[in-house]
Amino acid sequence: MKKNVIIIGAGHAGIQSAASLREEGFEGSICIFSEDADFPYQKPPLSKGYLDGSQQKNSIMFRSEAWYENNQVELKLGELVDKVDVSQNTVYATSGVYTFDFLVFATGAYNRELPIPIKGTDQPLYLRTMKDADYLKVALDQENVQDILVIGGGFIGLEIAAYAAKSGKKVTVVEYQPRLMQRVLPPMLSEHFAAKHKAYGVDLRMGVGVQALNQDSRWTASLSTGETVAADQVVVGIGVLPSQNLAEQAGIKCSNGIEVNEFCETSVTGVFAIGDCALHPNPFAGGGMVRLESVQNAVDQAKVIASTICGKPTSYHQVPWFWTHQYNLKLQMAGLSEGYDQLIVRGDVEGDKFSVFYFKNNQLIAVDSINKPADHLQARKWIQASYTPDVQKLSDDSIKLNEC
Amino acid sequence: MPQITYIDSDGNKHQVELPLGATIMEGAVQNDIKGIIAECGGSCMCATCHCYIGEEYLDKLPEMEEEEDEMLEGAVAPRTERSRLGCQVRISNALDGLVVEIPQEQ
Repeated sequence: MKKNVIIIGAGHAGIQSAASLREEGFEGSICIFSEDADFPYQKPPLSKGYLDGSQQKNSIMFRSEAWYENNQVELKLGELVDKVDVSQNTVYATSGVYTFDFLVFATGAYNRELPIPIKGTDQPLYLRTMKDADYLKVALDQENVQDILVIGGGFIGLEIAAYAAKSGKKVTVVEYQPRLMQRVLPPMLSEHFAAKHKAYGVDLRMGVGVQALNQDSRWTASLSTGETVAADQVVVGIGVLPSQNLAEQAGIKCSNGIEVNEFCETSVTGVFAIGDCALHPNPFAGGGMVRLESVQNAVDQAKVIASTICGKPTSYHQVPWFWTHQYNLKLQMAGLSEGYDQLIVRGDVEGDKFSVFYFKNNQLIAVDSINKPADHLQARKWIQASYTPDVQKLSDDSIKLNEC
Repeated sequence: MPQITYIDSDGNKHQVELPLGATIMEGAVQNDIKGIIAECGGSCMCATCHCYIGEEYLDKLPEMEEEEDEMLEGAVAPRTERSRLGCQVRISNALDGLVVEIPQEQ
């Protein structure tokens, strides 16, 4: 008998699961549930090319309608899954009850909300979906909107800040941590990005919290320093939390994410979790349990579960990589730099074209590249292969990288 | 609309019409052409939309930026003088009739 798969979530993880299952020759039915009513699209451009208008709706769709039809992938868009019963292999959705042989949680993450008092007729803006992005763009592009307050100095907040600053707005960024993107970048790169934002007139308030937001004709933010900041629009990007409620209620083991093993299988056989929602053992984090919010992680974990479902169990072993784009700075990150004990900078820092190589116990663990895509691709190959270049040669810019 | 022929990674031919301004990568993804992965969604970040452009159209392509040049150096399939990243080539009337070959590996 043919088996069937239900996938919850239509982001990179969900759509890639369906695609990889078909590529692996899976013949059963595939059904994807998505809360989002929009035709499945990619989220990374929402804070980059889609926001600045260089990419349109059509160009950020994963696949055409014909693809879903030809590959017999059923989409249930705008449909909420209310409950999962793993003992009965059943999903309860708005339109009815569905049974599965395999279930994939590709539920992603949701925005962390500001835990402060907010008074006003409007709400501050958040970005997660295409609808949010459409709304955000209209709100930011208005001519009478001049002062923008961005709360959160992580990737999303800073990408939005960069867009607004480039559009000629007066932008203030308030970040609770003492430096930008502190969780993932070393001080040197935080500084590099801070300098770029300042050059575009962005007012950076580091190590500062927002204690309250009040809206009259404009917004006023009360800061932990006792100061206030006035703004026409407030945008919040203070991180995300894994969407794990459904799994938790189904009795699946969760903590900071839905816990999975190296095959991305949860505590229940035949039930998988992948992408932003999955807390997984990662060889590139020294085997520790991590949750990664990235396209790479979503796509590669989708491939893993597709193989496993098709009877070829494959463990997850792919070097993590990420990117952000702010002004002329394209930062590409390969590997996880946390816990590094040595770093080497190579290239032209002043000219915004360089890479930072991170080592731990004399082993290369990560490379961050700014406008050095070739370094990034080389780094991914090296880290994937557990290769550590010669540190002496690496420090010498006259020696080609692939000869290090 | 300009007509483009893709030869996918299995060697199968697909003739499609693409709207002006779409990229070769988008055209491949939207038409389910096997072999174009485009992990980064067209940001010139991943080198998984590597393709080989029909020779007679090489001089009709938009000029290659340094970034694309560097990414191609890291592509999995061998780089040739016909190599481009599909996300960096937009369809124009001058490209009507173009044949794009997709390598076996990305």
